[in-house]
Amino acid sequence: MSEVMERPMTATANATPLVTLRDLSVRFVSRDATMHAVNGVDLDLAAGEVLCILGESGSGKSVTLRALMKLLPKTARVTGRIEVAGRDVQAMSERQLQDFRGSDVAMIFQEPMTALDPVFTIGQQIAETVVRHEGVSRAAGMARALELLELVQIPSAKRRLAAFPHELSGGLRQRAMIAVALACKPKLLLADEPTTALDATVQIQVLLLLRKLQEQLGMGVIFVTHDLGVAGEIADRVAVMYAGRVVEEGPVAAMMRGPLHPYPRGLLGATVHGGMRGQRLTTIPGAPPSLEMLPTACSFAPRCAEAELACLAGVPAPRSPVPGRSARCIKVAAG
Amino acid sequence: MAGTALAPAWGMSASPGTSPALDRGGPAQPLLLLSGLKKHFPIRSGLFGATVATVRAVDGVSFAVRKGETLGIVGESGCGKSTTARLLMRLMEPDAGSMVFDGEGVGQNAQTGGITLKEYRRQVQMVFQDSYASLNPRLPIEESIAFAPKVHGVSASEARGRAHEILAAVGLAPASFARRYPHELSGGQRQRVNIARALALQPRLILLDEPVSALDKSVEAQVLNLLVDLKAKFGLTYVFISHDLNVVQYISDRVLVMYLGQVVEQGPVEAIYDRPAHPYTRALLASRPSMDPGMRRTEPPLTGDPPNPINPPSGCRFRTRCPFAEGICAEREPVHSALGGGHEAACHMAEPGSGHSQAGRLAA
Repeated sequence: MSEVMERPMTATANATPLVTLRDLSVRFVSRDATMHAVNGVDLDLAAGEVLCILGESGSGKSVTLRALMKLLPKTARVTGRIEVAGRDVQAMSERQLQDFRGSDVAMIFQEPMTALDPVFTIGQQIAETVVRHEGVSRAAGMARALELLELVQIPSAKRRLAAFPHELSGGLRQRAMIAVALACKPKLLLADEPTTALDATVQIQVLLLLRKLQEQLGMGVIFVTHDLGVAGEIADRVAVMYAGRVVEEGPVAAMMRGPLHPYPRGLLGATVHGGMRGQRLTTIPGAPPSLEMLPTACSFAPRCAEAELACLAGVPAPRSPVPGRSARCIKVAAG
Repeated sequence: MAGTALAPAWGMSASPGTSPALDRGGPAQPLLLLSGLKKHFPIRSGLFGATVATVRAVDGVSFAVRKGETLGIVGESGCGKSTTARLLMRLMEPDAGSMVFDGEGVGQNAQTGGITLKEYRRQVQMVFQDSYASLNPRLPIEESIAFAPKVHGVSASEARGRAHEILAAVGLAPASFARRYPHELSGGQRQRVNIARALALQPRLILLDEPVSALDKSVEAQVLNLLVDLKAKFGLTYVFISHDLNVVQYISDRVLVMYLGQVVEQGPVEAIYDRPAHPYTRALLASRPSMDPGMRRTEPPLTGDPPNPINPPSGCRFRTRCPFAEGICAEREPVHSALGGGHEAACHMAEPGSGHSQAGRLAA
């Protein structure tokens, strides 16, 4: 699969990207089956850039995110090159990882209730992170915790320092988790569907907060979501994943206006938005493929209306019709 | 409307007890009329279980479901939409209020001119959000679908035959799917099975509680198209509960907006989405993420989370988050003011002479 190794053309020709992924593959091996969750992902993220990984369940988006922090379970076989802030993540020891996680890279999750420790107060959890990574005193850690709660716009922050996670509402809990993640000013923030479980009026508050913090702190953010609207609100660039591969990548505005690959095109058509009343929704027939076999052709071909025999000949290499955009489809003109 | 066309559309052999129910009250009679529905949950604490507080989950909800329409119910968590659904199915008894199904009181006996709960539940069926948890993992799907008709006295072979017909109607070929177990299906296929099971008793009203929320977008569109088709084919009436405002706009004829256990606004879908009157509805609609990166905002429409339904604010329950709140809003609960064309909102600004400085500005 030499064509898979080709570097995609990316918009940000930054000299030192914050994140470099080359041919990342993740397999989960068990006694009965091997799941090919991620099959050759190349991605770059510049410092201070927001990249959304968009995909449906099973597309490999969350697995890719966890690989960046080496958070995958022991059953995962990870190959390929993962570089974050110039360091090789795969080669790090457990001890190096402990320093790396939190200070260089931090992650926020969909469910703050499981990510926060229920028996410690919010203040203690933030202070612990600061004390562990920066070696400051407990009191200095608490002072930083208060600053952080104010940074994430938690009202009456001083009182909330002594609150336990269960005493906060869903939106405040999510803000508290963001505060823990930002405690040591990470260069890269990984976000795994952090607004999916929130109510509509709270989701937009958290999205706007994240974007503001990202600009203020100059962080790079990789944001995993299945929601096109969320990507539209927060992303600079979008990478669409399907069956463990990035099928399209490019600036968010261009992708929303006219996707190159038939899969994101179908996804946009199938997403209900205002003004579609009375129209029949266009759908993508069928369901995503099983990942028990490594795909040897275009994974989307069985569901694609434009598929032809040539689509089954091999995995399509990324083609780039305009600089900064690329798609894995043989129907896309090469640049 | 659809009621009288129901029987031929089903195209199945009718047997006593499970034949499609015919329209009784005529097209003008609402299929379901709820008035003053209340459900409060006591919070007990201490040695003797004294009631220390009350969750006012549903607090005086009244609305009508017209024959052949799709009524969408939207709201955030804690607004009481799921409790309303359970009350509507009579999975729990309301503390107060009445329910009238096609002109007959629900839960009364036949002598007093009502409809029994058993008969009511045959005519009103429900589809849940979690497609896996709502199917029995040990039953092949045809058995799950045939179960309810058998309970209602249909013979086993006839029930199975009917299950196959319905499976075909929801787009699952019986020959390859009938003997499968729920774990052998994808999420979208399982939700089709749940819809098929709801159809098995030939109901008139189907209550859909977040039926597509757990599905991927490409599958969501398939299921929404199916729901539209089935409604036309079988002359159904839907109550569609969702937090997804775009989906509700797509599928509903009328929309009901709930906040902290009460209905704050209701009306035809165009009125609610084009001319929202209640400040909460406006904020909710403005909170939808836009797919256009050129339309990004910098300020959220609302701050804070929805308050706890244990001790709701006095007067108007939205006043703690409302940018237009004034003294009157804390003193008096707003009434539902008509805005024309069946559109109504519970806001002092919509009621002329309410004492709010902007009163009557929205009135019809």
